[in-house]
Amino acid sequence: MKTVQEKEQATIEVNGQKHITGAEALLECLIEEGVDTIFGYPGGAIMPVYDKLMDYEDRLKHILTRHEQGAAHAAQAYAMVTGRPGICFATSGPGATNLVTGIANAFLDSVPVVFITAQVVSSLIGTDAFQETDIIGVSMPITKWNCQVKKSHEIPDTIAKAFYIAKSGRPGPVLIDITKDAQLEKLNFKYKKCDYIRSYNPHIPLHTKAIESAAIMINHAERPLILAGHGVLISGAEDELKAFAEKTGIPVASTLLGLSGFPSSHRLFTGMLGMHGNYGPNLLTNEADLIIAIGMRFDDRVTGNLKKYAKKATIIHIEIDEAEINKNVVVDVEINNDAKEALKYLIPLVKENSFEKWIREFRICDKTEYEKVIKPETIPEKGEIKMGEVVSRISEITKGEAIIVTDVGQNQMVAARYYKFNHPNSLVTSGGMGTMGFGLPAGLGAKIGRPDKQVITFVGDGGIQMTIQELGTIFQYNVPVKIIILNNNFLGMVRQWQDMFFDKRYASTELVNPDFVMISKAYSIPAKKVSKREDLNSSLQEMLASEGPYLLDIAIEKEGNVFPMVEPGASVSEIRLTY
Amino acid sequence: MKQEFTISLFTEDHIGILGQITIILTRRQINIDSITASESAVTGVQLLTIVVSTTDEMIQKVARQMEKLVDVMKVFVHSSDQIIYQEIALFKISTKGLMSGNVIDHIVRDHHARILEVSPEYIVLEKTGHKTEITELLAQLEPYGVLQFARSGRVAITKQVKELNSYLKEMDEANRFKTEPTLN
Repeated sequence: MKTVQEKEQATIEVNGQKHITGAEALLECLIEEGVDTIFGYPGGAIMPVYDKLMDYEDRLKHILTRHEQGAAHAAQAYAMVTGRPGICFATSGPGATNLVTGIANAFLDSVPVVFITAQVVSSLIGTDAFQETDIIGVSMPITKWNCQVKKSHEIPDTIAKAFYIAKSGRPGPVLIDITKDAQLEKLNFKYKKCDYIRSYNPHIPLHTKAIESAAIMINHAERPLILAGHGVLISGAEDELKAFAEKTGIPVASTLLGLSGFPSSHRLFTGMLGMHGNYGPNLLTNEADLIIAIGMRFDDRVTGNLKKYAKKATIIHIEIDEAEINKNVVVDVEINNDAKEALKYLIPLVKENSFEKWIREFRICDKTEYEKVIKPETIPEKGEIKMGEVVSRISEITKGEAIIVTDVGQNQMVAARYYKFNHPNSLVTSGGMGTMGFGLPAGLGAKIGRPDKQVITFVGDGGIQMTIQELGTIFQYNVPVKIIILNNNFLGMVRQWQDMFFDKRYASTELVNPDFVMISKAYSIPAKKVSKREDLNSSLQEMLASEGPYLLDIAIEKEGNVFPMVEPGASVSEIRLTY
Repeated sequence: MKQEFTISLFTEDHIGILGQITIILTRRQINIDSITASESAVTGVQLLTIVVSTTDEMIQKVARQMEKLVDVMKVFVHSSDQIIYQEIALFKISTKGLMSGNVIDHIVRDHHARILEVSPEYIVLEKTGHKTEITELLAQLEPYGVLQFARSGRVAITKQVKELNSYLKEMDEANRFKTEPTLN
């Protein structure tokens, strides 16, 4: 006798259409969209989907994280390193609300993640049923688009629309909430990818006139500067950016999320912008006569005090999201287009040039920064191990070939500052949202997305404890991600601010930590504690040479500060090298 | 400086769209003076008319955020001189009060109001016009005992010649240019 399951599995084909349940339809849709990996966590309302997932194990790999937030961050990191949307499943109620931080994080950093949440049966909606949450209402301001599905026949078109919206234009997270009865109800399945929505047009015709006037300005500028953002990576415009910079000879600075979009070692690269960015690009932003901002949004961490930002410069803004143009900085030329398309049209219009004198100013700044900050931070002669030193060694050993994942705070800033990126999409970090706890699950997601790459996660001793349970996921799936805890027994960045702006009153920032090595070993993840400089190099080598996951708990300088720094409220040109 | 703006949004007729739009305003602490939802001249397209007071700079930003919403087709922002607009108000006044003086026909005539219903207890008047005209009438009626008063949101028609249909056509044409969405 056949089991109930087998009976259900025997799908009937009518007119080439499969007669299947909503749950199966969802999984079929994902396969149609080229999905092979899902991060998620089951629960009551989503059980029909998980049940069917067992039948799709050969095509859809499900990674069971230890918390829905971990699944959300892992899916985002997966999307950032593969360029394909991340997929994340969660059940109704607490499952869905646990995603909120991850959704908001993906939203602020424009990463395509398709979130699927389950909802209670449709007859119970609005009754405060067990594990019922209005996740559509909750996620409205933090998704690019969301939608509830109550009928199984709506699933294919809704999923198709979700993928189209998540990937196109300025990408972002979308959320589909599917009621339990819609998962169980049968439908005649047919899938058609979405490529058109009447009210949504991500394909903006090229603003050729604006680009032509931009070219004239570029050809007449004396001190131009390119600000490259995440949009360069998203649109795949790395080659165009390089060609544009090399032809015009214009120096390039990068936002945090724009890092790795332009090789760190390139002669025209001047470093990172922003609060803990490099000295030259911050200081000289206010000396530039022309700024060409590409795929970035003039975030407050980049601009510092807006009233004193780039006052000598004419500003050209290439940005796919019209709402970002003139939002924070009023610009002179608006190019509301995809970065790659705009640059392709722009390159033939600009003349070959070089700005040796102008670039020399950056190099003078670099020298100052090297002497005052970088050298003491990366090659200290005595004292405790420094954060920058660890990142710098990793950068040297991996020769800029690794994918770097970070948590948030000091560990993030030093990783961004001292790793030299060779390849696009090799930094995974939480930029706009600044989500502590991002690093560990993101490291796991990045490694699953790019198993061919060395993936190294930098976390602080604070941040790792927000999502430390994901060591369980790393253990279960044997994900060979390398974890480095930069351990100063402090919430370092908050402590630095207390040090600088709150009279050194260390309110609730000191941590009494567990033995991370023992915790790691409890998950059968090899681990080691490093506290002496002479052990650092060999320990890093050992970690990188190991086959599986590895955790290195590095005791670093207890009260190390990250410099340079543009203090809150200060202008970028008031950047400080020391305290 | 704050001034009054009328936002006309043409949207898909989807559940939740009003919520998506209002949170853009509430997040920025912009109060909604009035709001009206109706069908538009194009089948299946909803028209939302929202009146707010804010700065010119803010209204531009807000309009772009609204237009960014997937289910919003087009957003227009107008100052009062760029539109023809009306609001409608209903007044329920005590019959006794209003009949006591010999004023009812003056009031109705002067304000181009209409009498909708008369009963021994109350009279219902209707007034269509701008908010200021309605407020004036309300002030004049107050001494006679206003039992109920309700004013609608603004409905507005633009003076511009280009209609929504031609924008929709342009958007459609732009969409035909499309290339596969790329990421990386």
